[in-house]
Amino acid sequence: MDRYVLLAIAVVGVPAVLVAYIVGSEQLVQRLQDRTQPRVRPWFWVGPTIALVSIFLIYPAIKSIYISLTDDKTGAFIGLTNYAHILADTSVRVAVRNNGLWLVLFTGLVLSFGLLFAVLTDRVAYEGPAKSLIFMPMAISFVAAGVIWKFMFLYQPAGTPQTGTLNAALAVFHAQPKAWLLDRSINNLALIAVGTWIWTGFSMVILSAALKQVPGELLEAARVDGANELTIFFRVILPLLAPTITVVGTTMVITALKTFDLVYVMTNGNYDTNVIANRMYAELFQVRNLAQASAIAVVLLLAVIPVLYFNLRRFRTQEALR
Amino acid sequence: MPVRSRFSGVPVNAAVVFLTLVWIVPTLGLLVSSFRPFSDIATTGWWTALSPPFHFTLQNYKDVLDTSNLGTSFLNSLTIAIPATVIPITIAAFAAYAFAWMQFPGRNLLFLSLIGLLVVPLQVTLIPVLQIFTSVHIPVLAPDGLNGNFLGIWLAHTGYGLPFAVYLLRNFFGSLPNDLFESAALDGASPLTMFFRLALPLSVPVLASLAIFQFLFVWNDLLIALIYLGGSADVAPLTVTVANLVNSLGQGYQLLTAAAFISMILPLIVFFALQRYFVRGLLAGSVKG
Repeated sequence: MDRYVLLAIAVVGVPAVLVAYIVGSEQLVQRLQDRTQPRVRPWFWVGPTIALVSIFLIYPAIKSIYISLTDDKTGAFIGLTNYAHILADTSVRVAVRNNGLWLVLFTGLVLSFGLLFAVLTDRVAYEGPAKSLIFMPMAISFVAAGVIWKFMFLYQPAGTPQTGTLNAALAVFHAQPKAWLLDRSINNLALIAVGTWIWTGFSMVILSAALKQVPGELLEAARVDGANELTIFFRVILPLLAPTITVVGTTMVITALKTFDLVYVMTNGNYDTNVIANRMYAELFQVRNLAQASAIAVVLLLAVIPVLYFNLRRFRTQEALR
Repeated sequence: MPVRSRFSGVPVNAAVVFLTLVWIVPTLGLLVSSFRPFSDIATTGWWTALSPPFHFTLQNYKDVLDTSNLGTSFLNSLTIAIPATVIPITIAAFAAYAFAWMQFPGRNLLFLSLIGLLVVPLQVTLIPVLQIFTSVHIPVLAPDGLNGNFLGIWLAHTGYGLPFAVYLLRNFFGSLPNDLFESAALDGASPLTMFFRLALPLSVPVLASLAIFQFLFVWNDLLIALIYLGGSADVAPLTVTVANLVNSLGQGYQLLTAAAFISMILPLIVFFALQRYFVRGLLAGSVKG
């Protein structure tokens, strides 16, 4: 079917059908007794969401857990055998280790830089433009960011002119050029640095908004009491920002666990830079072992459960405060 | 505010300027490179182009548009992203309103489940959804199954985008004053009227935030497109095409510079023009919770 016809149907037709559905359901609800109406109506409103979320998230997650417990060829139930296989696989272990590195370093760096930028930009006149430029990488794709940084990391052998920005900068200090993406001692850090470059803006924007909520009188009172700026930061500002830091931190933990695009574009997981999501992709499309690919995905699911629990608890306390 | 500016001075300004420069240099470097001839890119760094003699050219853009199907991919990205923004927001608005202003048994449990789904890694859904997609055949629209098909990826983005969209909108609807809906109900307004005449007009800014957020998310997505579109060139979005170029262009890597920028144009315009809404969407999602 022609692209534009299809697009028109999707953009105009689908919302029109949805509105018609809600209006039509209301006609039905109106025919019911007054007392039953409020009990029936909400289900028409949440129905489409429940259906789609069940099809695309709930059912597949359960099915994946089931597939991960079966044999890829025969489909017979084999318990945790697939898990035993993947955990014995060195390449999976490397991926798990790398996700661990991402989890700790990426989260820590994004929070530290975000906090630093939030505090620093708060004190200059051109706060808006500076924040805009730092935030900009959030708008572009990880694929584009990957290309941008491939050029930053370009490497020529020592003694020849360096065309990559980082190695040229090293040359200024008469240091040896580094093969950032190939050298196993630094390539994971290089990828994490790119992730940090992308996400710092996010963390900065949110922490900065929280920082603006800190009452000025409080800071002034601390200064009158003779506290210096560092003490104020660690004793007054940081404790007040703690809830926001936790929220940004959990978002970063999830981001670190789900890392895929950057690794796909920059190293494709070679030279010991693989992460779980990319290892699963390889298992799915190269090895074509669906059961083990599912097992890898379930490992990822298990890893987010603490965050899930934390989010639910946070939401409950918030609701209690409403 | 004088209270806050006390510490500012030369060191703070120097630090902000330096760090901001560090943050924009990577993008700036690639932008400059994209206008340099291949012979220059291969032999010298982008910074040499900033001093005379100047050699700028549009050749990379011309070449990459001629040799790859970047133009088609641009259209594909639009074809994917526009419906994948409009559809989930429409569906989410109804659900969010019900969660905010209608009482029904199981409401809290359902909403908590949605919050739980916010963190579920998409990877865990890929295989079963792929299986559903290959087995579903829809006459005319998707005769060969839903994978490799725009319809399939719209549905997938809708399903994946719904938890966040409902969460954000429900929090906004819930923050509207109670009196507003009570007095409307006393005046005999039906839930439909209250939704279309009260809630929706008041939430235009938050709908805009959500739309920008979802649009950029879909436009920049690689994983979902890779999995459900199967990499066939006539439906591939920009992210997939550029990622393929990265792997296939050994010698012609200078073309990547132009390709990356073509993929960034729209997000950058949206970002700089509508940044306020984008930021508000982020804040509503994280701080206010």
